[in-house]
Order: sequence, then C-alpha cells, then structure tokens
Amino acid sequence: MSSTNTTAHSVVEPTPTVKRIAGAIVILYALVTMVPLAWIFLTSIKSPPDSISYPPKIVFTPTLEGFCNLFTTRTRQTPDYIQSLPAPTGTCDEITRSRNMVIAGPSNYWPRFGNSLVIAFGSTFLAVSLGTLAAYGFSRFRVPLADDLLFFILSTRMMPPIAVAIPIYLMYRQFGLSDTALGMILLYTAVNVSLAVWLLKGFIDEIPREYEEAAMIDGYTRLQAFWKVVLPQATTGIAATAIFCLIFAWNEYAFAVLLTSGSAQTAPPFIPTIIGEGGQDWPAVAAGTAIFLVPILVFTIVLRKQLLRGITFGAVRK
Amino acid sequence: MSEIKIVNLRKQFGDFVAVEDSSFTVEDGEFLALLGPSGCGKTTTLRMIAGLELPTSGKIYLDGEDVTFNRASARDIAFVFQLFALYPHMNVFRNIGFPLLSQGVAKAEIRARVEETAKLLRIDHILGRSVSGLAGGDRQRVALGRAIVRRPKCFLMDEPLGTLDAEFREVMVHELRELHNRIHATTVYVTHDQHEAMAMADKIAVMNHGVIEQYGTPQEIYNRPASMYVADFIGSPPMNFMRFNSGLKRGTRSIFLDGVEVAVPEMGEDVAPGEMALGVRPEHIRFSDRSPIRGAVYGSEYLGTNQIVAVETAAGIVKARVSADRSFRLGETVGLEFSSAKLAVFDCASGRAIASSPNAETRHG
Repeated sequence: MSSTNTTAHSVVEPTPTVKRIAGAIVILYALVTMVPLAWIFLTSIKSPPDSISYPPKIVFTPTLEGFCNLFTTRTRQTPDYIQSLPAPTGTCDEITRSRNMVIAGPSNYWPRFGNSLVIAFGSTFLAVSLGTLAAYGFSRFRVPLADDLLFFILSTRMMPPIAVAIPIYLMYRQFGLSDTALGMILLYTAVNVSLAVWLLKGFIDEIPREYEEAAMIDGYTRLQAFWKVVLPQATTGIAATAIFCLIFAWNEYAFAVLLTSGSAQTAPPFIPTIIGEGGQDWPAVAAGTAIFLVPILVFTIVLRKQLLRGITFGAVRK
Repeated sequence: MSEIKIVNLRKQFGDFVAVEDSSFTVEDGEFLALLGPSGCGKTTTLRMIAGLELPTSGKIYLDGEDVTFNRASARDIAFVFQLFALYPHMNVFRNIGFPLLSQGVAKAEIRARVEETAKLLRIDHILGRSVSGLAGGDRQRVALGRAIVRRPKCFLMDEPLGTLDAEFREVMVHELRELHNRIHATTVYVTHDQHEAMAMADKIAVMNHGVIEQYGTPQEIYNRPASMYVADFIGSPPMNFMRFNSGLKRGTRSIFLDGVEVAVPEMGEDVAPGEMALGVRPEHIRFSDRSPIRGAVYGSEYLGTNQIVAVETAAGIVKARVSADRSFRLGETVGLEFSSAKLAVFDCASGRAIASSPNAETRHG
C-alpha cells in the first residue's frame, strides 16, 4: 500500500483529521457492504426455525443442518422405520434422522458447482486470451477501420444481454448447444471479450513499443517478442481483466436459467431450486450461496495486488 | 563487422516525407553520426536500417547483401534505444543475455559472454540486480551490453545519451568512443547534439527536413559547411552570416561588404547577381583598429578562457570569439578583421555554399 499512495496524485499531504474521517467513511462503507455477507454466513449455520424467526436471532446454536440439506437429498420416513435402521454413520445422518428423514443420496450441488467452475474459468480464459491478442493488434498495428471496429465491439455491451436471449435460445437449440458447457463458455466469452479488448487495449497502449522492437532486434519474431516481453508486462492488466470477466461469468443468472436445465446447469440457477425441496430451507440456500462465494473471494484475494494496480489503469507504472 | 550502404532511401508517412532520397555508405568499423534537429528524419533513417520501419523506396545493403525488406531479427544488428528499453521483468544478467538466448547459445557460454561483456563495461558487480533500480549511467551500460554481447554486424544508437544529465553525458561520450576504439564496430549514431557528434564520430551526416545536407568528417563539416543550414547548425555560437548583394565570377578573390573589400578564397564558379552571405566563424574574427569594417559592441559573454563579443555592424550582429584579456565597453566602436582563408560564401536563395578553393571538394548530400 505505502508504495502506491506515495506518488503524484495528491500534492498536499492530508491532515490527520482528514485521514481519520476518510478512514471512518471507508470502514463504515465496508461494514454496510459486509452485512449481507455476514447474514448469509450466519443463516447457513442456523436451524430452519432460527433462520425465519423475527426479530432475527444474533445469538443461536449453530448447526450443520443447512450444509447437510444442501449436499443431500432426503426422504421422509416413519419413526418406526428410522428406529429399525443401524446406528447413524455421521453428523448429517444424525441430524436428518432427528427430522424424521433419511438420506437418499447426494444432491446436485457439487456437479452444478463444478459446471460453474468449468464454464466461468473456461470462458474467462478464452475471453482474456482473445482479448489480449485483439487488444495487442489494435494497439500496435494500423488496423483498417480500427475505431469503427472498436466501437462495434463496445456496442455489443450496449443492451442488456437478456434482450437477445430469445434469439440466442433459438440459435442454441438449432446448433445443439443448449444445456452444454461448451455453449455456455462460448456465450460468456462473447459477452466478456468486448470488455477484455477495451480494458487490455488501455494496458497494452501503456507498454512502450521499444520493448518489442528491442526484442525483435535481439533476434526474436514478433510473436516471441509478444510472448516474452509484452505479456510479462501486461500481467497487471490481464489479472484485472480476468477478475472482471470471472465475476460476470460466475454470477450470470439470466442466460444460465434460460439455456441450462440439466447436465450443464450452473450454480446460480440451481441454488434457488433448493428452496423447493421440503419447505423453505433458507439455511441450505444460504450454505449453497456461502460456498458459491468462496472461489471469487479466493481469486480476488490472490490477485488483489494486480487488481489494485489495475484499477488505476497503469497510472502507477514505475 | 561490416559496411552499411544506403541507396536512394526514401520514407513517406502519408503525405509527409520523412526521409528524401538519401544515399551514403558507412565503411567497416566507421562511426557515423546522423545529426539534425528533431523531426529531420535521422531516427527514421536509423529505424529503416534496423528494419523497424520499411522504406517507401530505395535499398539498404549490409555487407553487400540487400536487406531492405528483411526482418529486424534477420539483420544481425544491435540497436540502443533512447529510453534503453531494458526489459523490466528481467535482471541485468538476463537483459544482457537475452539476444544470445534467441540464438540458442548454450547456457554456460551465455554466462561466459555476459560476464565478459559486463567486465568490459564495468558493470559485472550489478549482474544480479533488477534493472528498475539502476541509475541512468548503469542503465545505459546495460543497454550497451545487450547490444555488444552478440557481436553484431553493426550498432545503431538512437540518442542513447539524451536522457542523461549533462555532466554524465560527457563521461559517456568518452566511454562510447573508447568502446568503439576497442571493438571497432560499424556504428550509426543518431543525435541532435553537435558536441556528441563532433566528439565521437568519424563521419557526420547533417540532416534537415529529410535531406542529408552534408556528409563528411567533423573537420569538413565544421570548416567547409556545404550550406547555410549546416554552417548555422554546427558551432556554438554558430557561423556569422554577413549579407551583401552581388554576382560572382569564377576566380574572384574578394567580395565587397558594404563597400569594403574583403579577401576571400578563390571562387570556383560563376554566380548570377543576388543576395549572398559571407560566412565567418566567431573564432576567425580579430579586432583591429585599422580595419575599415566597423561596428559597435553590443554585448559580451565571458567564458573564462575566452569571451564572445557581439558587434553590431552594417551587415547585422556579428559574434566574435576573442581572448578574455581585453574588456569592452558597450557601444565602443571596434574594427573587425577576418581570416580570409577560412571564409565561406553562400547563395542566400538556395542556401548552398559557393565552391571555392578550400571547399571545392565539399560533397553535397
């Protein structure tokens, strides 16, 4: 942190009072934004009655029931039948039996979560790769009609994606891409690539051409120069772009609910369906959501340095 | 090492002509400075030799081989950039070794050659350092190291001292020339600084508006400028121009400046009447009370070993470099005398120097 805020922007060093007020505002804002997160994590370890009690309970006995319900499907049985079973094999087994139910099998949560991982990371990888190449081309070569092309690329973001959902739905059905991971990867890539091109063009414009020229004179082809000299310097921009793309693809709901229903379904359309299985099971929904948040959280924390530098758009380069 | 030959090289960016039909040859082991103000086409010329820019027309030969449209990577040349372009994600060692890596040189040999190069440039103690923390001079040496490690056919340098502070620049000028004396690499050096060019180069090409105004040794450029532009660009203060209206006959040995006869070198050609200029270097002016060319002292600039005295004459302000012993009052009337053999005469309309006995062999670019 200290190295990032020593330079340029503020000419006058802020007074301690100003700093304290600024700090208070930031902390307050952080608390406000963290309330929903805290709510989700707390709900995921509440029992179903606790989760719907009003006023909401701050103090309660934590339970893993929500997670058990998230990971399993259960069937209701008579107490006599449950009595006749051998001793429970685990915590979830025990909790389920106390509700007069037995575990019938695993739920679809992990497969759906896996779909989300494959589709979100796959499309992010594709969007960032294509975006980097396109951005490099726009940045370095005299592309005919470059401005128009860039505007066209940007214009794909000018309407809500859902506006084109019906044509895409029909197209996907025709091509057999409905409910396939490949279909979703292509779709999210198409949406994200415009963002990637624009963000990355800004970053690559900032890298002086002399580096590539030096590498080409040092005996490398343009592609090698791009790979060995431009890419290592564009990592900040690439990381920032990747996070933005990933967040979109990971959270996307509208297309997912329309285009996936079975084997390629992602977690966002799956999580609400948990409610339906045996009453309003908010702890299970909250548990599903909590786990769903983890990958983005980890990814963002891992890349937070790049993201911080990336948001300033290369202003702090050297 | 090798010879660089440029034939009728031309470069146009849209309607703008950056380099106009230039031809010159840099001989094996020679140090050529391309000298000119910014925007004169010197860097574009250099980039075409490097292969970073393709010419609109013309040919480039390296060692007799036509490389006009070869890739930069296939030319076996080294380039030192103005801002050095050291790869920021590599340390000093890897920066210098990078060109060798592309040639598939074995690791042990890369190490040996990088260390040898570093020793030559006296940077062997910073091989492990990151380039981003280096001082200007060390960055400069690393950039040079990356250029010489490969032992290329020739070196191209684009204002490599431009970003260094004045004091250090002088040190690097000596170091560069010393390096050149040791490895005798054919070098093309782009600069806008006449001192750098004069101090280092074997030959200088003075460029202006995409045209090579004069190509020659520093002595030729300084003593026999081929045009008013060159005469004005080289020298500090630059050559004085004293204007007069006249025609000239071949064999003439004097001109009339405001009615006063001034002896000049023997003119080598006939010139139709028109505006002419007598070119006088400040150090070729003496003060003499007997001289009929009179003027009033306008100002003086003390330089320690000598002084520059500006004198207002009928033909304009003339600056003279004279001994620092004598002091002048402002407005004092003085007489000026010129060293006749060193004078040049120019045609103001075209700006070119009139052929005369000492500069008869001056080559026009």
